[in-house]
Amino acid sequence: MTDLTKMTIASARDAMRAGEFTSVELTRSYLDAIEGAKALNAFSTNTPEIALDQATKADVRIKAGDAPDMCGIPLGIKDLFCTKGVQTQAGSHILDGFKPEYESTITSQLFDRGAVMLGKLNMDEFAMGSSNETSYYGPVTSPWRRGNDTAALTPGGSSGGSASAVSADLCLGATGTDTGGSIRQPAAFTGIVGVKPTYGRASRWGVVAFASSLDQAGPMVKTVRDSAIMLEAMCGHDPKDSTSADLAVPNFEAALSGDIRGKKIGIPKEYRLEGMPDEIETLWATGTEMLRDAGAEIVDISLPHTKYALPAYYVIAPAEASSNLARYDGVKYGLRAKIGSDEGITQMYERSRAEGFGPEVQRRIMIGAYVLSAGFYDAYYIRAQKVRTLIKQDFETVFANGIDAILTPATPSAAFGLGEMADADPIKMYLNDVFTVTVNLAGLPGVSVPTGIDKSGLPLGLQIIGQPWAEADMLNVAYALETASKFDSKPIKWW
Amino acid sequence: MSIDTETARKVAHLARIEVAEAALEPLAGELSGILKFMEQLNEVDIDGVEPMTSVTPMALKKRQDVVSDGNIQSKVLANAPDTREGFFAVPKVVE
Repeated sequence: MTDLTKMTIASARDAMRAGEFTSVELTRSYLDAIEGAKALNAFSTNTPEIALDQATKADVRIKAGDAPDMCGIPLGIKDLFCTKGVQTQAGSHILDGFKPEYESTITSQLFDRGAVMLGKLNMDEFAMGSSNETSYYGPVTSPWRRGNDTAALTPGGSSGGSASAVSADLCLGATGTDTGGSIRQPAAFTGIVGVKPTYGRASRWGVVAFASSLDQAGPMVKTVRDSAIMLEAMCGHDPKDSTSADLAVPNFEAALSGDIRGKKIGIPKEYRLEGMPDEIETLWATGTEMLRDAGAEIVDISLPHTKYALPAYYVIAPAEASSNLARYDGVKYGLRAKIGSDEGITQMYERSRAEGFGPEVQRRIMIGAYVLSAGFYDAYYIRAQKVRTLIKQDFETVFANGIDAILTPATPSAAFGLGEMADADPIKMYLNDVFTVTVNLAGLPGVSVPTGIDKSGLPLGLQIIGQPWAEADMLNVAYALETASKFDSKPIKWW
Repeated sequence: MSIDTETARKVAHLARIEVAEAALEPLAGELSGILKFMEQLNEVDIDGVEPMTSVTPMALKKRQDVVSDGNIQSKVLANAPDTREGFFAVPKVVE
């Protein structure tokens, strides 16, 4: 029998419909794979009973012949998604023991379509981080290594558990969330496909909030086709999220013709950074040629405010986080610190938050409180929101000039070692998001596609940025790039 | 703009995060570094630019002002560290 963990969502869907194997068999293969991969620390909670129950029900639907695409597909769910009755901690100590009484809209949609939850996936605390090292559960290790070097590498972050699990064949797909690059950077680091849809495409209801005007969820999977299938199941209007768009969700998979003849692909000059490794430059040039060979028209474009995206992001995201995370006060759920008999509620709040939040989360909450405080609000927060308007206008201008999609590197480097950035300035870590953060600020869709391998054998990805609501066209360009690059590298199993 | 120890103490209190006295100085240094990074924004000409308030231009939906959910007291309290007689319980608030 073929190794079921080597399937894709599309091939597993077709094989189950053809009766070649059942979802229960498929699910058991993945549960075994997860059991054997504890060294990666990708899963924070395992839910085998739920998985087998969902798989059994999925098999009934598949047999009846009217099962949706995601029916019987085993998934990992990022710990940021509230899952009814299942531990949900957002990678944080402050949500110790939290078991939601409700199900997030996205996981509800996936489960209604018959998807199977294998467990919850490790992540940076409250999605704040680029290496998964801020997680209270400890860092996730990437299944990739630099050749024969046994040094542990980061899978990226914040959706690091999702990236590691998909890349190591511990699930067919995983949910991720992306506030500044948290789907696309880890996807690029681990050689998988990660999609952040247009802001408002997928409901944020029941997803633990980090920065509400930037957060979007999306799929992390092995192929562009799988991303189209899973994205469609995750999207759609939700009356419970006031920023969710009331737009029909297209059949994304049907859009994958691979025909991009005549499409105008923009190459933004501002993404050519000083000191960027040659390998990233080369990868970008190669990807550009691949799209040209596929019949696209390549156009040099300018996005002049790119340089200011990261500093604007690091005002806006912490400001929103400081408001969103005010709810963690030791009263309604999670951790409550012990206080002395002579202390009161303020000490309880302050100590619970000091003990419950890790250093990076504390830092961002305090930065957020500062930039929103009286006297600094205009100088920092309002200024950043004005710069955000300019960043969005940069994109609107190039799209108005006929550009269909934009090609950029996904990350400024390949994956780095766990602990390698421990003593670095926090800003150095923030630079990981330099190519992805503009997309969140402008509310656009973006996809990271594995396109090459660096000299030490690590995957590298390119990013395609689409027009608002044009995920279908964007994924079709990604499909053309995937077809041309023939990327098929997998990590060699050591765990 | 650089943050001194006194400002760091104020910010920590605004954020309701307990910071030990000895940790205030390194915290001030870290926050100053991040603020310095943000100061690049001062190079941008923002005259006449409106701050972004909505990511996608859309009118927020309205709905009838009716109760659509409720009577779930036990669910609301299910995850609380301390509850008494159907309420969240907290340490004393006033003397």
